[in-house]
Amino acid sequence: MPASARRRLTALTAAAAAAALLLSGCAQSQREDSGGGDAEGSGGSSEQVDSRFIFASSSDPKTLDPAFANDGETFRVSRQVFEGLVGTEPGTPDPAPLLAESWEASDDGLTYDFTLKQDVTFHDGTPFDAEAVCANFDRWYGFTGIQQAETMSYYYGKLFRGFADKPEDAVYESCEAVDENHATVTLAQPWAGFIASLSLPAFAMQSPAAMEEYGADEAKGTAESPQLTEYARAHPTGTGPFRFESWNVGQDITLTANEDYWGEQGDVQEITFRVIDDPVARRQSLEAGEIDGYDLVAPADVADLEEAGFKIFTRDPFTILYLGLNQEVEELQDVKVRQAISHAIDKDALIRQTLPEGTKKAIEFIPDSVNGYTEDVETYDYDPERAKELLAEAGYPDGFTVDFNYPTGVSRPYMPTPEQAFSNISGQLAEVGIEVNPVPEKWSPDYLDRINGTSDHGIHLLGWTGDYNDTDNFVGVFFGQEKPEFGLDDPELFAALEKARQTASLEEQTPQYEDINRMVSEVVPAVPLAHPAPSLAFADRVEDYPASPVNDEVYNEIELNE
Amino acid sequence: MLRLIGRRLLLLVPTLFGLSVLLFLWVRALPGGPATALLGDKATPEAVARVNEAYGFDRPLLEQYVLYMGRIISGDFGTSLQTSRSVLEEFASRFPATLELTVFAMVFAVALGIPLGYWAARHVGRWQDQVAVLLSLMGVVVPVFFLAFILKWVFAVQLGWLPTDGRQDPRIDATHYTNLFVWDGMITGEYDAAWDALLHLVLPGVALGTIPLAIIARITRASVLEVMNADYVRTARAKGLAPRLIRDRFVMRNALLPVITTLGLQLGLLISGAVLTETVFAFNGIGSFLWDAIFNLDFPVLQGFIIFIALIYSLINLVVDVSYGLIDPRVRVS
Repeated sequence: MPASARRRLTALTAAAAAAALLLSGCAQSQREDSGGGDAEGSGGSSEQVDSRFIFASSSDPKTLDPAFANDGETFRVSRQVFEGLVGTEPGTPDPAPLLAESWEASDDGLTYDFTLKQDVTFHDGTPFDAEAVCANFDRWYGFTGIQQAETMSYYYGKLFRGFADKPEDAVYESCEAVDENHATVTLAQPWAGFIASLSLPAFAMQSPAAMEEYGADEAKGTAESPQLTEYARAHPTGTGPFRFESWNVGQDITLTANEDYWGEQGDVQEITFRVIDDPVARRQSLEAGEIDGYDLVAPADVADLEEAGFKIFTRDPFTILYLGLNQEVEELQDVKVRQAISHAIDKDALIRQTLPEGTKKAIEFIPDSVNGYTEDVETYDYDPERAKELLAEAGYPDGFTVDFNYPTGVSRPYMPTPEQAFSNISGQLAEVGIEVNPVPEKWSPDYLDRINGTSDHGIHLLGWTGDYNDTDNFVGVFFGQEKPEFGLDDPELFAALEKARQTASLEEQTPQYEDINRMVSEVVPAVPLAHPAPSLAFADRVEDYPASPVNDEVYNEIELNE
Repeated sequence: MLRLIGRRLLLLVPTLFGLSVLLFLWVRALPGGPATALLGDKATPEAVARVNEAYGFDRPLLEQYVLYMGRIISGDFGTSLQTSRSVLEEFASRFPATLELTVFAMVFAVALGIPLGYWAARHVGRWQDQVAVLLSLMGVVVPVFFLAFILKWVFAVQLGWLPTDGRQDPRIDATHYTNLFVWDGMITGEYDAAWDALLHLVLPGVALGTIPLAIIARITRASVLEVMNADYVRTARAKGLAPRLIRDRFVMRNALLPVITTLGLQLGLLISGAVLTETVFAFNGIGSFLWDAIFNLDFPVLQGFIIFIALIYSLINLVVDVSYGLIDPRVRVS
């Protein structure tokens, strides 16, 4: 190396060292600029607050077209951009008017007249009217080919049960635009859950003009590899308080306030959803002041974050965690054994020791805000002596050994720490003589495949988060048909659930579901354990957050204080 | 030289072909299927069967392979099951991030590793040497993700000097052409964006660069020691050449040969090391995406990305061999 080169190297090294020293100073000053700024008054009026809100999501949305989505991260974004005919009552899972101001159902439960909100426009300037409503219903019904796949129109397929090319099972029949502000939807069969289901983002109203312009229904690719349409990548067009701005895949998605919004705009004028898939990284990002909040805070982090001055908001639980009992296992075929297991579990201790604050004890498979909830069920209070008696009556005075399947390395809203729940329950079962053989498995695909797809498992942990306020969305999903999960074959129960679903009115439905809950509590296909409450954590500047049991959280309702 | 390059490029064909067969079989030997990944918790066995049929996973292996290769040759690597975007597009949008990170880590490793190794060799047996050896040993044994975690906790969370994660502060509006954020910021004149992107590179880059730094320091030290004791250096000294001239022209030039080979190998390893680093720092490169793909059994992404990475790795090795030849004439002759 010649001397000049050496001098250059020395100079470079020196520069690098100087840069390293500078880094810290500059990084800090930058943070001060963006953070402190205009925040002195902290009065809460929108002129004084930093109106940019940054929320960490755990992944990208799968698509910007909510009709083809069923996952939480997609719906989180959809809810800002789109609105449905029906929304939810703040803080509850109950349906409430949104783009439809009111509706009236015919006595046979087949015809619904919607009166629409007036003077609402889509983000592309086209009017929201009855024709737009019918265009959306007809679009869903008219899905063909790959669009009908469960990977795409999951909710329409599940709930409306049929498309135009196979109308036999379809729940939907037709939609008519009576005049500008009145649309009539006709169903082919009664369905009491219809209105509540419309609060799902999958059934949000989208601009027919924009869908046409950007080819929302021209699914590219083959059945083997469907691709996002231009509309689903970059042109979602709804009536919501925020409009789509940009999407850097894997990185962030930005929305800005819709200046023509019919409702209130609130403190947040710009939302950035940053993708941070590691839960620890989300927490650190909040602690470092780089994001304003994140969802599904680990129960173990809640107290620490609160102590450090962060705000925790807890959703009213709309979840259920249960211990599944597979009746393919010989011992579990005896209802006395299943009852014994129910009596052996101290749910209060389980909740205290492993589940987040705000968790409620479960006595059946629906939360108390859901239609058909009744306290008049077999509750199987914690009673180890009674459990031992029942085991003895069933012919197992010394207990028995059973496989206990549980997932590892996963955190679900209804099951933040499965490993802890497993060891807690195992200990309790051992008290009454039931020894467990632990079978831990990776959540996806191993665990889910085994539990949902095979009968090769014993007792297991699983749960559910409700999508919208409908009893069928809980008990119907679990016990509506024969499934490998429980090895339960109970035609009477299956028929009762099918009948309840097709009942026209909630008034008639309620007693049916109460009966069903009683039936389930006598059969004990699984032990309902708890309704865990998911928490969100926010920076101190977040004064209020519209926490919703069904995640119907629209950011124009966020209140900031700086 | 051209023939060497030509021969090596031709060799790539059978290599990549063999790799594609192995990958294809490996991916299909993994437990579970893509259906659960696609359908999530709510999958019923019938739905799983439908998806497998739709995606062709129920067809004979050979048929699947022929279909797969046919598409690859026509440039279609399929669509990611996670994102519904084409694998090629996903790779193109994420690779610049990994490239930027890898280059930063490499520059960090070389800029500190070579001087550290040289310094140790010059003071062989003395305390300076021992410190350098100890440091490089620590660099090798500390796991990357642990180091990443500690660096982040100290410098980002506690001290707040550097950003915790991501590639750019979302508050900064930057224009992107190449997705190399630092470069984009420089060419568009958005220097604050470039600077911010550079700051975002520091912690992950240091975490990722530590192992190569340690290895480079050790190789440099050993190599310098060996050359310093070589006959021609002794001769040069005996002839009374200036020590600086001896070091630059005789010692360093020859000592760097093995270091360059190591560099090439390390660069390949960096890409795999990026998997963990990118995950910890939510850095949107191919590493973190590959990690998710493994978890979600995203078959098309696994197959496509690994082939791309192998291709890049082979090209890096080619570049290393060529530069080796440029430095050492003997290589060209043989």
